[in-house]
Amino acid sequence: MTAPLAEAPRPDAALPAFALSDVAGETRRFPTGRPALICFVKEDCHTCNLAAPLLEAFHQAWGDRADIWMVGQSGDGNAVLIDRHGLTLPFLDDSACKTSFAWNFEIVPAIYWADGDGQPLAQTEGFVREEWQALADRIAGDLGAAPAAVDWASLPAWQPGCGSKHLDPEINDKLQAEADDSPIRSRRIEIADADDIAEFLFDQGFSDGLPLVPPTAERVLRMLRGTTRAPQEVVAVVPPNLAPATVEKIAINAVMAGCKPEYLPVVIAALEAVCTDAFNMHGVAATTMGAAPVLVVSGPIRQRIGMNMKLAALGNGNRANATIGRALRLVVRNLGGARPGGVDRSTLSSPLKFTMCFAEWEEGSPWDPLHVERGFKAEDSVVTAFAMTSGPVQIVDQESRRPDQVAGSLGLGLEAVFLSKIHRAPVDALLVVCPEHVKTLISDGPYSKTRLRERIQSVTERPLREMVANSISGSGIPLASAAKMTQAQLDAPAPKFASTDYIHIVVAGSEAGKFSAAFHGWASGAMGSTPVSRKIES
Amino acid sequence: MTTILDPTDERVPVERQVTPRTGKISGVIGLLDIRKPRGNVLLDELETLLAARFPEATVKRYEKPTFTKPCPGDLRLKIASECNYLVEALAD
Repeated sequence: MTAPLAEAPRPDAALPAFALSDVAGETRRFPTGRPALICFVKEDCHTCNLAAPLLEAFHQAWGDRADIWMVGQSGDGNAVLIDRHGLTLPFLDDSACKTSFAWNFEIVPAIYWADGDGQPLAQTEGFVREEWQALADRIAGDLGAAPAAVDWASLPAWQPGCGSKHLDPEINDKLQAEADDSPIRSRRIEIADADDIAEFLFDQGFSDGLPLVPPTAERVLRMLRGTTRAPQEVVAVVPPNLAPATVEKIAINAVMAGCKPEYLPVVIAALEAVCTDAFNMHGVAATTMGAAPVLVVSGPIRQRIGMNMKLAALGNGNRANATIGRALRLVVRNLGGARPGGVDRSTLSSPLKFTMCFAEWEEGSPWDPLHVERGFKAEDSVVTAFAMTSGPVQIVDQESRRPDQVAGSLGLGLEAVFLSKIHRAPVDALLVVCPEHVKTLISDGPYSKTRLRERIQSVTERPLREMVANSISGSGIPLASAAKMTQAQLDAPAPKFASTDYIHIVVAGSEAGKFSAAFHGWASGAMGSTPVSRKIES
Repeated sequence: MTTILDPTDERVPVERQVTPRTGKISGVIGLLDIRKPRGNVLLDELETLLAARFPEATVKRYEKPTFTKPCPGDLRLKIASECNYLVEALAD
């Protein structure tokens, strides 16, 4: 008495049709119109080698009334398997594993008994002697034929199979990407073997000037696993061309930028932030002044994805920092259409336009992190986008030992925003305070951000008359306007910024070095761009 | 053969035809100040010249709220419905 056979999982659905070449080069099509026994194998699987002589025996016994086929996944190994066992049955090649993927089993050998229309009648994976014997009995019964010549007692009762080759991650990603139900919808572009892929990507205009990672479907599929959002969800409408950005399109550009999948949620949130009316990405991209988003990441995700917030935080060397910022730029370029010489009219532009993203070193800060200051919970992960035109501009003070002295130097450093002469400027600045300056600031006790902002304003106060156009610089208040002002008005002290609200402060950098830095803004507020924060959702 | 996915929006821009040139100017000429500094100076001068050369034409003036952002849709619609021509001034 043998064990009952496992029922086929989809008794009402025919097994997927296929056309595969056998080793003689003949195309074999399934279903065949005859009952068929199909067994998927790979050469380096011990259990497949156990099954091969059995299948040959089945072919000898029933090959005249049923198609007994082996399907090999092993490329050149298929011939090795045939020679090793002296196989004469049709042996089909599925090295590409497309048929294996379509049949959707996990273990080889995977054996299927089907009728002439391809309806599955029985199946099993691996080797359980009782199941194989029951299968053989059933086939003989279905065909009204004598049993095959197999010495079942000589075989092991049970032997585990091997994982099917189509489940190897590298192959499986490609197969999933190419499957009919693949989530990928973007146009596929074929690059001929004779073409250099890196050069092709440059030639198509996809690049910011640096090499790109080719966005193959399997890479994009892996990238999409970085988010739970649906691939076709439209995340934002990207200026200037007002192109809808699906998660898939963002993932393609994130692949090109060199992102890991776990960075994708940050890229998505950053794109949501810059594609708001408040941030005004069109103006930021277009301005002759050469503005670019500067991204600050706050909250737990900084640590989780390995962002740099300490030594060299604003520079090169960290993949997350570098590629998140770059991915955003590539989306704005490739989807939004903002390219230098097109909508981007930057006079000089800036390396910020390649990438600029860093994390705040919250653990080294005496203040609330940026996102908490901006109304989010500490446990939230948030990205904040600032439209900046230059920076990081170093603010060097290695001598000050008193808190107000350091704060004073930070203020004097910020006076350079736009032009040192310009005061009461309605312009954002992002001040990145280094840990050593923080240490001095709090050496006598707490030193609030409010106090720091007020100190910046007080040390930069100059009589308004210093802003009037003169022979040194024609910039500032026109002479005609100044002529209408009273002496009291001209003597009124004017701080650097129109309000302390324009001064944004974060902490980053290594614990050695008294070098803070500032990013200088663009036209700020309703006239230009307002910083925007977005929560990073998984 | 390597296959990659298109990183662009895949849209083909609409081709627009240039309005037929009649050799005459009449109707309403719109002058749009995008709010760059001194854009009004340039347009004042242009308005004077247009009035002298095309006395039969009417000149209407418009302003964008700020040069840093695209023209709002309702203003665009208003200009399109009121004008036969538009001159947009970039200045500094």
